[in-house]
Amino acid sequence: MAKGVKPRVKVPKSAAAGEAITIKTLISHKMESGQRKDDDGNTIPRSIINRFTCDFNGQNVIDVKMEPAISTNPYFEFEALVPEAGEFTFTWYDDDGSVYDTAKKISIG
Amino acid sequence: MMQISRRNAMFMGAGAALAFGLPLRATAQDIEAITAFTGGADMADSGVTLTAPEIAENGNTVPIEVSADGAAEIMVLALGNPTPNVATFKFGPLAASQAASTRIRLAGTQDVVAIAKMEDGSFAKASSTVKVTIGGCGG
Repeated sequence: MAKGVKPRVKVPKSAAAGEAITIKTLISHKMESGQRKDDDGNTIPRSIINRFTCDFNGQNVIDVKMEPAISTNPYFEFEALVPEAGEFTFTWYDDDGSVYDTAKKISIG
Repeated sequence: MMQISRRNAMFMGAGAALAFGLPLRATAQDIEAITAFTGGADMADSGVTLTAPEIAENGNTVPIEVSADGAAEIMVLALGNPTPNVATFKFGPLAASQAASTRIRLAGTQDVVAIAKMEDGSFAKASSTVKVTIGGCGG
């Protein structure tokens, strides 16, 4: 597992049923592109997060395939529908096989 | 008659270089990446919006936003990068809008392209030229 990977997400605590809410996500990760060289001129191997998904109560909101051109500390902002109370789950997939996840509950009211 | 001083001549030269010299060109690799997504289908010129800055001081982190009503997927390409693919957004049943923002790396001044695959199977395309002062690929 890459060091110091910390997911952060911003989801409102509550929403009206059927409301569209804005979600912001950020995960700390170097996103080594595989293009850079170290001081000795050797290519630094690629090491990125290659996929990000967001689901709500098992239904998909967004599924992003990521390439090395995504900046360090990948950031995503998007909108989701909240049909009922439940939980958003966020998952990031690393090149090295690690999976990082976090979840946020939302209530109706 | 306007006199052209040495200073003015230098500014004009710099302007011309900006206008004609810099944009990195699309390559066969770019066309391949697009064909892999669209299967060579025609792309409409409207229906997808790509928001990107005109000038990015730092190519390491350029904010962009894509949006296309009724899209199933949106692919983003940077035609001047060593590898053109940037990201592909797939929208699920609970996406409130077919839109997303992120931050990308650009190697230099170039065209950024968004291609949306609509739910009916058609494609739409939008592109935007971003001038980059400092490239974002290191080395």
